[in-house]
Amino acid sequence: MSGASAITRFLLRRLAHAAFLLFGVSVLAFFFSTFAPGNYFDDMRLNPQISAEQLTALRADYQLDRPMPVRYIRWAGAVLHGDLGLSFAYNTPVGPLLWARARNTLLLTGTAAVLVWMLALPLGVWSAEKLGRPADVALSWATAVLLIIPDLALALGLLVLAVRSGWLPTGGMVSVGSDGFSAAHRVRDVAWHMVLPVAVLVASALPVLLRHVRAAMAEALQAPFLRAAEGQGISRRRLLLRYALPAAAHPLIALFGFSVGTLLSGSLLVEVVMSWPGLGPFLLEAILARDLYVVIGAVLLSTLFLVAGNFVADLLLYWADPRIRAEASRR
Amino acid sequence: MSARSRLLVCAAVLGTLHLSVACGGFLAPYDPAAQDREHPYAPPMRPHFVDTQGQIHLRPFFYAQALRTGSFEEYAENRATAIPVKFFVSGAPYRVLGLLPLRVHLFGGGVPIFLLGSDAYGRDLLSRVLFGGQVSLLAGLIGAGLTLSIGLCIGAVAGFWGGWKDEVLMRVAELFLALPWIYLLFAMRAFLPLTVPPLQAFLLVVMVLGAVGWARPARIVRGIVLSAKERDFVRAARGFGASDAYLLRRHILPQTASVVLTQAAILVPHFVLAEMTLSFLGLGVPEPVASWGNMLAALQHYNVLVSYWWMYLPALVMVPFFLGYLVLASLLHGSYGTSKIE
Repeated sequence: MSGASAITRFLLRRLAHAAFLLFGVSVLAFFFSTFAPGNYFDDMRLNPQISAEQLTALRADYQLDRPMPVRYIRWAGAVLHGDLGLSFAYNTPVGPLLWARARNTLLLTGTAAVLVWMLALPLGVWSAEKLGRPADVALSWATAVLLIIPDLALALGLLVLAVRSGWLPTGGMVSVGSDGFSAAHRVRDVAWHMVLPVAVLVASALPVLLRHVRAAMAEALQAPFLRAAEGQGISRRRLLLRYALPAAAHPLIALFGFSVGTLLSGSLLVEVVMSWPGLGPFLLEAILARDLYVVIGAVLLSTLFLVAGNFVADLLLYWADPRIRAEASRR
Repeated sequence: MSARSRLLVCAAVLGTLHLSVACGGFLAPYDPAAQDREHPYAPPMRPHFVDTQGQIHLRPFFYAQALRTGSFEEYAENRATAIPVKFFVSGAPYRVLGLLPLRVHLFGGGVPIFLLGSDAYGRDLLSRVLFGGQVSLLAGLIGAGLTLSIGLCIGAVAGFWGGWKDEVLMRVAELFLALPWIYLLFAMRAFLPLTVPPLQAFLLVVMVLGAVGWARPARIVRGIVLSAKERDFVRAARGFGASDAYLLRRHILPQTASVVLTQAAILVPHFVLAEMTLSFLGLGVPEPVASWGNMLAALQHYNVLVSYWWMYLPALVMVPFFLGYLVLASLLHGSYGTSKIE
């Protein structure tokens, strides 16, 4: 039973930490938002058809006239009920608006995350196995080239290629008239539109991951116990996958959380450039319109994704690394 | 080549790149904001060495470009008259490093020479790339300096004094690391004024950059300070009655130098890219001031993307800079033999 309670305690501690991060970020966001000059209704002051009284009433409606702590407490109470406040621009609850966009962002980053790890792991293992030989050197050069091309240049470059060749759709998520498509056709259509943005995300996240996998594997392969295993005549493949990879797993799993953050960040820019209807363009629009609760909601949601990514990494670590299990059961 | 000489070569190449941007006014033939409404979207002009008679000229020359009659975007070279390049010509006034006023430019000619083409307003892209580089690189450099100073201070305080200070500072650092960093950048930017004049916008961007990146360096510095303060010679110095300030200044902070330098080499290109992202999306340095980011904003229009390939060139300008910083970071990392901390 001690094993089960150890993992429960481990989970609770990580969850409490995640809750603390979300709470802290929301407080910080509210705190900074009080410094923001101007608000959504400022532009309306110039409109002769809206009187000063109406403006005051509007501000009161949206509770912009209350002091910050009061607004925060009311907002936080609403969040606990799943309500993220009202969007000024859309005049509807922020939650559903955000969720519609966040789904698309998750689709993009999730696909990219799966692909990038599917590429980085075998390539990194292979590269470490061939350490210093031509294949490894060539791969290192290729990653270096990817590393020095900035995401922005890559996204725009691929877009130029797509536009010039006409092979791939150049933006958006669905074709015109996709409402009439059958379900299978619609899935294919979205997948087709995902090719470019996912390619940019994978290309921008791959080099860093690949280098880490290679370094971690190379280090693991140097370990004495592996030399000994090699001396026992264990096959190379079994040596790599059964012995070296688990030994190198710890830093790589920690890297998983990091890669979620990189992909989310990269996704924001890619979404705007390729007009993918995700969180990125929505956040940008909200910033330009001073749509306060949308900005806070989007920032919190991105935090939630990253925290969730790290949480998954923690779970994997617990599963993969006996040291962490031992530490958790000792406490 | 020894590690040291490799480091020197890399630093020299990077220095030359930065110097050429810093002296952009001299290398650029025109004022970056000067418009030439006769030549919108002029394609890059090619220097010629062989004229129509097949005669070879040592001094390169250009043919004037003009819109084809009846066309709004197709340019044709006028081969009738060759216009030789003049060197060290007097032109638009500029300041070297913001101080020394000068009028002399490396090259010029009787007609507008667009080596990298021109944009929608007929502004010379080469001039804009050079002046834009001053904005983008300066933002990256100052932003990185600011971030590292904040990170160094916070890391030193947290590591050296420990206790509740450490606890609070590191919890706040965790908050800053809990956001995907471009979202953090945007969140910071969201709560600052939107439409401001260029100089203020530049300062805003630098401030935002400086404020978002401190958490990671702070954690690394904290780790070093934690181990450094337990070293024997530091304890000995404390035993001889050294004050905290003296210990930090003389014994502990110098030990962070290699890591701080490596972090700088990593952060500067990162921040240049961040400035570009902000300006590209209209949250950074506004027109008519050029920055590498807002020059690319034109590519958000479909027709520019399709028709005017040279508008994409600013995206490639920073590749050599990135390469330089990447090599520098790996050389610094290797030469100091610093292992991955954190």
